[in-house]
Amino acid sequence: MQELLNYISSYLSSDQTPGGAGNFLWALIYILLVFAGLSVAVIAMNWLERKILAHMQVRLGPMRVGPHGLLQPFADALKLLLKEDIMPDEADKLIFWVAPFIVTLAAFTVFVVVPFGPTHAITDMNIGILFMLGVSSLSVLGIVMAGWASNSHYPLIGALRSSAQMVSYEVAMGLAVVSAILMTSLNQQGTGTLSMIGIVEAQQAQGTWFVFKLFPLGLIAFFIFAVAMVAETNRAPFDLPEAESELTAGFHTEYSGFRWSLFFLAEYSAMIAVSSIAVTLWMGGWLRPFPNALSGSTWNLVFSLFPGITFLFLAGMCFYSTARMPKHPYFRIQTAGLAIFGALLALIALVLFIPAVRVRIQDIYWFCIKVAAFMYLYIWYRGTFPRYRFDQLMKVGWKILLPMGLGVLILTAFFGLWSTTHTNLWHP
Amino acid sequence: MTDSKTFSPLDLDTPEKPYLDANELVINMGPQHPATHGVLRVILRLDGEKVLGLECVIGYLHRGVEKIAENRTYTMFNPYVDRMDYVAAVSNGLGYCEAVEKLLNVEAPPRAQYIRVILTELNRIASHQLWLGTHALDIGAITPLFYTFRDREEILKIFEKYCGARLTTHAFRIGGLQYETYNGFEQDVKNFISFFKPKIDEYEELLTTNRIWLERTKGVGVISGKDCIALGVTGPVLRASGVKWDIRKAQPYANYKNFEFEIPTGASGDTYDRYMVRMIEMRQSVRILEQAVAGIPEGPIMAKVPKVMKPPVGEVYHSIEAPKGELGYFIVSDGSTQPYRVRVRPPSFVNLQALDLMCRGQLVADVIAVIGTLDIVLGEVDR
Repeated sequence: MQELLNYISSYLSSDQTPGGAGNFLWALIYILLVFAGLSVAVIAMNWLERKILAHMQVRLGPMRVGPHGLLQPFADALKLLLKEDIMPDEADKLIFWVAPFIVTLAAFTVFVVVPFGPTHAITDMNIGILFMLGVSSLSVLGIVMAGWASNSHYPLIGALRSSAQMVSYEVAMGLAVVSAILMTSLNQQGTGTLSMIGIVEAQQAQGTWFVFKLFPLGLIAFFIFAVAMVAETNRAPFDLPEAESELTAGFHTEYSGFRWSLFFLAEYSAMIAVSSIAVTLWMGGWLRPFPNALSGSTWNLVFSLFPGITFLFLAGMCFYSTARMPKHPYFRIQTAGLAIFGALLALIALVLFIPAVRVRIQDIYWFCIKVAAFMYLYIWYRGTFPRYRFDQLMKVGWKILLPMGLGVLILTAFFGLWSTTHTNLWHP
Repeated sequence: MTDSKTFSPLDLDTPEKPYLDANELVINMGPQHPATHGVLRVILRLDGEKVLGLECVIGYLHRGVEKIAENRTYTMFNPYVDRMDYVAAVSNGLGYCEAVEKLLNVEAPPRAQYIRVILTELNRIASHQLWLGTHALDIGAITPLFYTFRDREEILKIFEKYCGARLTTHAFRIGGLQYETYNGFEQDVKNFISFFKPKIDEYEELLTTNRIWLERTKGVGVISGKDCIALGVTGPVLRASGVKWDIRKAQPYANYKNFEFEIPTGASGDTYDRYMVRMIEMRQSVRILEQAVAGIPEGPIMAKVPKVMKPPVGEVYHSIEAPKGELGYFIVSDGSTQPYRVRVRPPSFVNLQALDLMCRGQLVADVIAVIGTLDIVLGEVDR
C-alpha cells in the first residue's frame, strides 16, 4: 500500500512528463484527461463553428436545443449513435469497417506528444515533431481505404483527390517545419532538438517566438505551414476531397451514423492537432506573452489571472444573454439553463483563481488560447473563401509553397549560421 | 452503371487515349445531386478528373404544361406559366399575357405597363440574386448565398404586399393588372432601391476580386458568340460572349423603349464574364426601376378585354427578355376559348444545350461552375 502511494505521489514531486518519469499510472491518467479534453474541445468546436459561421452569414445558427443551441452537439451525437449503420452491399466490408478507425486513431495518437505545458504532456519524445507528422499523415491511408472500400464513384474521386492533396502538401509542410527546427539550434551549443517540449524551451531561451525569429523568415515558414495545414486537414478553401457541391460528400459519402461521426471527430481533432504543431513550433507553445521581458512576481500574478478572467467573461456573457432572454413562460427552462451554465462557468473561474490551481493551469490556458485562435481562423476561412479547383490546388502546393519552403529553409540555414558566428550583425 | 450505359451511348468522338490502359469513368451526376439545381441528371464521361463528354438527361420535372394549356381557357392557363421558371414567375406571366394580348389585339394601359416593368425588373433582380447565391455556393463560397437571400426577401415582401404571393405571383392578367397598387408601393420600391444599391457592392466585395473566385471562373466554360448563336443560347450567356442582344432593346415590349439603360456585354465568354454581366444587369435593373417608379402615370390598369376570350383564328409568337434569356410564347388560336397549341421557348432549356460544348476538356469542378453559370431552372427546362 505504501509503495503504491509512493508510486503515485513520486510523480507529483518530479518535474517531468509521466512518460519521461516512466510512471505508467500517471501516463494513463494523462491519456484519459487528454482524450476527455479533446472530446470536449470537438463538441465545443462543433457548436462554435455553427454559431460563428452563422453569425458571419447573417443567421442565428442553432437556437432550439438548449439555450442558444448549446445542447445541439449532444443532440447530434445522440442522433448519429442511434442512426442505422448502413454498409453498401458492394462495399469491401473489412476495409470499410476499419477505415474510420484508422483515421480516428491517427488523429488522436498525435496528442501523445503535444505539450500543454513543460510537464503537461503524456510523454516527451526526442523525435516528437517527426512522430507527430508521421502519425498524422497516416490518416490519408484511412481516407483512401474509405474511398476505395465504398466501391462507388464519388468516394473514389474524393479519396484520390485527398491522397494527392495530403501527400503534396506534406512536402511543403515538412520544409517549413525543418526551418523551424533549424532555429532551435541557434544557441551557444549549436544543437537543436526535435522534442516538442525542447522546441518551446528553445523559444524561451532565445527570447522570441519563432514567428518573429530572423524576420521575416520565421513568418514565411509559419505562413507556409498555416496554408499547408488547412490543406492537410481538408478544410475550406482546400476541402476538395469532401467538396459538397461536386462530390456530394467525398470519401465519406457512403458512411452514415457512428462511422460517419468518427470521420467527423477525426477531422476536428486533426485540426486541433495541426494547430497544436503550429502553436508549438512558431507561437511559443505554452509560453505566456513576454515570459522574459515581463517576468517577476507581479507580472506572473497578472498573467496567471487570465484564465479566471476569461471564464468570468464567458460567464458574464451568459448572464447578459440570460437577462436578454424573452420573458415568455415558454423560455423559462431555457433561461434557467443558460443561467446555470453561466453559474458553472463562473464557478470554474473562481476555481481558476485559487493560487495553487492558477499556477498549474496557466500553461495549459495559454496553449489552448493560441490553438483556439487557429480554430477561429479555420471557421473564418470557411465563411470567406470559395473552393480551389484540383489543378489549382496542386499548383499552389508544388509551384508556390514548395519553392517558398525550400527558399526559406536555405535562407534560414544561411542566416542562422551567420547570426551564430557573427552575433554582432544581428544582435549588436 | 449498366443502366446509364444502355440509356446513353455517349458515342462522342473520343480523343486519343493519353495513357496506356486508361479506363474511362462514366459517372452519374444527379438527378439527386446538390449542385445540379434541381433534378438535372448529367452523365459525365471522365478521364480521371477531365471531362471527355457529357449528356444531360432531363424530364424528371415534366408536368406537361404545354399540353395542359390546350385544355384550359386563356385566363385559366395564366397561373400555370408561373410554375415554369419559378424564380422569375413575374417574367413568365408578362410573356404570356403580352402574347395573348397580341393575339387579342389589345394593349395594356400605360399605368399597367409601368407597374409591369417595375415588378418584372424586381423579379429580374431576385432571379439574379438567387443565381449568384447558388452559383457561389457551387464554387464553394457559402456566405454570398445568405446575403443574397436576405436581400431577395425585400423583393418578395413587395410581391407579397402587392398580390399576396411571394414566389408564383400570378401578378398580371391578360389586358393589364388585376390589382391596383397598395398604398406605399412606390415608397417601398424606392426604399428597396436605396437599400439594394450598397448590397451589390457588398456581393462584389466578396467575389469580384477574390483570387480564388477569379481562378475558378476566368477561362472556365468559354463559349464563343458564334457558338451561342448556333445553339440558340440567349440572355446573359450570349451577352457575355460579346453579342449585344437584349430583347428589351432589340424588339422592345411593354414600355421598355421609354427607359434608359445599357446592355452589358463581355469579351471572353467565360464564367467570370457571365458573372460580371449579371452583376451589371442588376445595377441596370435598379436604373430602370428608378425611372419607372418616378414616372408611374395615373389611369386605368385594365384594358377593355372581353369576359370570355375568343381570340381570332391565327397564331402569334411573342418573346421577352426573361432573366435567363429569351422567353418566347407561340400560341395558336382556333377561335375557341382555349388555345389550340401553346409552345414555350424556355431560355433554360435552350441554354442547357451549350453545357456539353462548354464543359468538354474541363475538369469535374468546372462542370459544376458551368451549370451554375448557365443559371438553369429545371422547372423551366422540363416544363
